Amino acid sequence: MEKQVESPMTFCRGGGCTAKLGAGVLSRVLSKLPKGEPDPMLLIGYDSKDDAAVYQIDDHTAIVQTLDFFPPMVDDPYTFGKIAATNALSDIYAMGGQVKTALNIVCFPEKMDLNILGEIMRGGSEKVIEAGGSLVGGHSIADDSVKYGLSVMGVVDPASVLANNQGKAGDYLILTKKLGVGIICTANRVGEASVEAMEEAVASMTTLNKYAAEIAHNYEIHACTDVTGFSFLGHLHEMLDGKLAAEVWADQVPIMKEALIHADEFLLTAAGQRNRNYTEEFVDFQGISFAMEEVLLDPQTSGGLLMAVKKEDAKELVKELRNAGLPAAMVGKLLDFDPDKKEIMVKVGENNE
Amino acid sequence: MNKFVDAMGDACPIPVVKTKNAIKELGAEGGSVETLVDNEIAVQNLTKMANQKGYGVSSEKLEEQKYKVTMVIGGTETVETVEKEEPVVCIPDARKKNTLVVISSDCMGEGDPKLGEALMKSFIYALTEQDELPACMLFYNGGAKVSCKEGPIMEDLKSLEAQGVEILTCGTCLNHYGLSEELKVGGVTNMYVIVEKMMQADLIIKP
Repeated sequence: MEKQVESPMTFCRGGGCTAKLGAGVLSRVLSKLPKGEPDPMLLIGYDSKDDAAVYQIDDHTAIVQTLDFFPPMVDDPYTFGKIAATNALSDIYAMGGQVKTALNIVCFPEKMDLNILGEIMRGGSEKVIEAGGSLVGGHSIADDSVKYGLSVMGVVDPASVLANNQGKAGDYLILTKKLGVGIICTANRVGEASVEAMEEAVASMTTLNKYAAEIAHNYEIHACTDVTGFSFLGHLHEMLDGKLAAEVWADQVPIMKEALIHADEFLLTAAGQRNRNYTEEFVDFQGISFAMEEVLLDPQTSGGLLMAVKKEDAKELVKELRNAGLPAAMVGKLLDFDPDKKEIMVKVGENNE
Repeated sequence: MNKFVDAMGDACPIPVVKTKNAIKELGAEGGSVETLVDNEIAVQNLTKMANQKGYGVSSEKLEEQKYKVTMVIGGTETVETVEKEEPVVCIPDARKKNTLVVISSDCMGEGDPKLGEALMKSFIYALTEQDELPACMLFYNGGAKVSCKEGPIMEDLKSLEAQGVEILTCGTCLNHYGLSEELKVGGVTNMYVIVEKMMQADLIIKP
């Protein structure tokens, strides 16, 4: 049972994407929902495992619709607002779209200081403005714990919609942010994270995926998703969609180094363990340290984009992303599905250059 | 030396942090640490740590939302023997694997409801007297009233629960009969769990 929030100091109790329901539990429920008549204009719905819906309006316009909200994972309300908004806006970028409007989603205890809410929403609206969108309203509920996020609408050219499951064998995988923010925030909650690591994590979580998406727009991207609560491996699994396999070059994956130290101290989330349970059957770790496994299974709040890129484009794209200041890297490649092997093989020492 | 850690109500990684502190307090000669947690994921995270560290580890479910993880920490030469030891079990495990008892009404059999209620009472009493107990008992529809009623049946159900029988009552049914606040024994469950329990059972007994 969760404890009640009593003061702003206990404002944060392990939130962000670590608060997500497990993928295993969720897919059991979703698969049982009744489905109406298929609408031909609905390009992406929840039949695919994408987080957003894409609905075509005319030949050149489709709208992208998504929402995301969660409890705080940092103590500072303004920072939390920025992170929650950055995370919610991310789904639009993962679809290849542009942000147009956003609505606030707020759960807030009646007895808590309203200035805190003001700070959260200030952080959120700054990010919506940075995204080039308009914050146009919202909905607030009195609740016993704080939660915040956005419902976001964007637009995309139907011809350039990026689904998360259209990768091709031979594509290279590119990740645009470092992994490990979940573990860093968890370590911070028990006073173990260094100030530098926490600053790096916050900077990462408040970086809009807008910039990575804009750069990627000029390259041949076959599939794209944002890495959030289900972890790098969980989201890669969704990208493979039962049709492809992948190998991951663990030593190439950008990570926050300090996360390895805390993983070795077992400062791990429940969500991370749920990710392990869920991905166990389709991941083959070959000579990977326990700490690195945990980082690959770490739920990411406002994580980066994971893209499947045409092989010839990959190197140039990584270079341009890096020039823009993003810690992007080539982290693996897509392979043909092989029923005799596990779907994802994680290994080290692969020279992919 | 033995240490006891209460991590009920704590979210991960707090149970691990508290357990690590207790292990530190054991000092050089080692000993055992018992940690109480309220969810299975915390059990898994503790077990993961013990396995990585090479501690002996066992866990058991004491009741709904209450689990005990026992770690044995020793010098390097004792670790191996520790791992071969039988896990410590407090209560003799008399549960028959995968037998499921389904109580779907507060009456046993059809006919006079008064008689049915009396029969149900004797059925549950007789169940407590068996050498092999069921792994789980499910209460739904009218059965939900049984797990909410004070009286001799409740004593028997609590005794079954104390011996490790998992007791689960359908939440929808409790709501329907306005009994949500009245549940006296075991945990609340849903249709997914009910169906899963039934599918996995070797034997379903429905009085």
